[in-house]
Amino acid sequence: MFSRPVDTDRAPFREPIMTEQAILMRAVNKYYGAFHALKDIDLTVERGERIVICGPSGSGKSTLIRTINQLEAIESGTITVDGIELTAGGDNVAKVRRDVGMVFQSFNLFPHMTVLENCVLAPMKSRKISRTEAEATARQYLERVRIPEQADKYPAQLSGGQQQRVAIARALCMKPRIMLFDEPTSALDPEMVKEVLDTMIDLAREGMTMLCVTHEMDFARAVADRVIFMDNGVIVEENAPEAFFNNPTNERLKNFLGQIA
Amino acid sequence: MIREFTSAEVLFIVLAVRWTLILSAIAFLGGALGGLLIALTRTSQSKALRRIAAGFIQVFQGTPLLMQLFLVYFGLAVVGLPINPLLAAAVALTFHASAYLGEIWRGAIEAVPSGQAEAATALSLSYTDRMRHVVLPQALRLAIAPTVGFLVQLIKGTSLASIIGFTELTRAGQIINNATFKPFLVFGTVAALYFILCWPLSLLARHMETRMRRAITR
Ligand SMILES: Nc1ncnc2c1ncn2[C@@H]1O[C@H](COP(=O)(O)OP(=O)(O)O)[C@@H](O)[C@H]1O
Ligand SMILES: [Mg+2]
Repeated sequence: MFSRPVDTDRAPFREPIMTEQAILMRAVNKYYGAFHALKDIDLTVERGERIVICGPSGSGKSTLIRTINQLEAIESGTITVDGIELTAGGDNVAKVRRDVGMVFQSFNLFPHMTVLENCVLAPMKSRKISRTEAEATARQYLERVRIPEQADKYPAQLSGGQQQRVAIARALCMKPRIMLFDEPTSALDPEMVKEVLDTMIDLAREGMTMLCVTHEMDFARAVADRVIFMDNGVIVEENAPEAFFNNPTNERLKNFLGQIA
Repeated sequence: MIREFTSAEVLFIVLAVRWTLILSAIAFLGGALGGLLIALTRTSQSKALRRIAAGFIQVFQGTPLLMQLFLVYFGLAVVGLPINPLLAAAVALTFHASAYLGEIWRGAIEAVPSGQAEAATALSLSYTDRMRHVVLPQALRLAIAPTVGFLVQLIKGTSLASIIGFTELTRAGQIINNATFKPFLVFGTVAALYFILCWPLSLLARHMETRMRRAITR
């Protein structure tokens, strides 16, 4: 185990430690009641890797990324994030959640708080950072997602694209090492998709480890190191974007690519 | 010996309002604590806890408040405590308010979209922080109008304490009526006093409900 300094002002995207994978999933199975949602999933994500996950609706994409911060508990298998095994008990889950940011399709900003309050709550409560410091960090990230002037507004006063960028900034304020995106642009009007994707591309360029569930294939081509296709709770195909899009081997993937093209 | 219904009698009745208010306040504050506990238990992860809270609610919503009053009143004697109408009424009304407020607040907590708690969880907020800073403030807005509405019911409900001999507003009316035999005048006065207590609260509840609705559609 490497030990991570708990200093709060560590560089947000410092050089990855190359000794361990960011995420290791081994033989992961997840059931909803009798329904087998994830079937023997094996997945390794290297530090700094950008992965795009696609697949038909109901194939288990959301379930897969939600097991990584244990929004969904698994029935069998192991998940290790940053060297911390999720299922090993103790406060491992809390530790992992502090280092894994998540962005949802429906933004899920806290509507009763201003943008700034949304951004400082978790750093203050779960990283125990002072308000002054948390606000400074928040303003810095709001600047990065290009909406510093909205800090004192409420989420309902912002456009969808702005809300999603706040959600990204809010996650970044925890200075995570890994970011999970679950269809971050699916709820947006078409003219707002680009501003959110651009923010994500910036993040990818800075070396963030990213898992993105998305059907934005141009985004996948531009930033993904690997694209994964899921169907029926199984990872059916995974490949570098070039090969993934140009030479798909699986029939269902060919079908799927035909549909979304 | 028939007494007249004079200002002294009116004063006796008016002064009894304070016991109605005290009893209402105790029951409301006790019920708020109990209700919060019930609401959190009802929405917890543990199935066993949820069952216990559901059972509590069913028992207290499924039996008449009067029976609860009797059971607590006579139950005090059974467990060796002195028979005390205020204590009995306060305990019974607190249970009653806990069950109803618990149910109102459970509904409000469940009405907060699940994505809110999920986002808070993903940000590694503890259960307490999640509830305190994210879920409960949003639930409170939804709950405030029905809570004030229930407070009105509770104030009127305290009149049942008269039956176990606690001299609140209703019992004061009965005492005066027994002496003056002017039921229409006496109970008219009593009813007017309840109205003066409850009406502003009803208006407040309605006002908050419209404000809520406007806030949602904003
Ligand atoms: N909370 C749940 N309870 C029961 N079934 C669920 C739940 N969440 C998802 N499922 C089911 O699991 C399957 C995978 O869901 P999901 O991971 O959301 O798919 P995707 O994100 O690929 O559309 C779907 O068939 C869905 O109906
Ligand atoms: Mg999904």
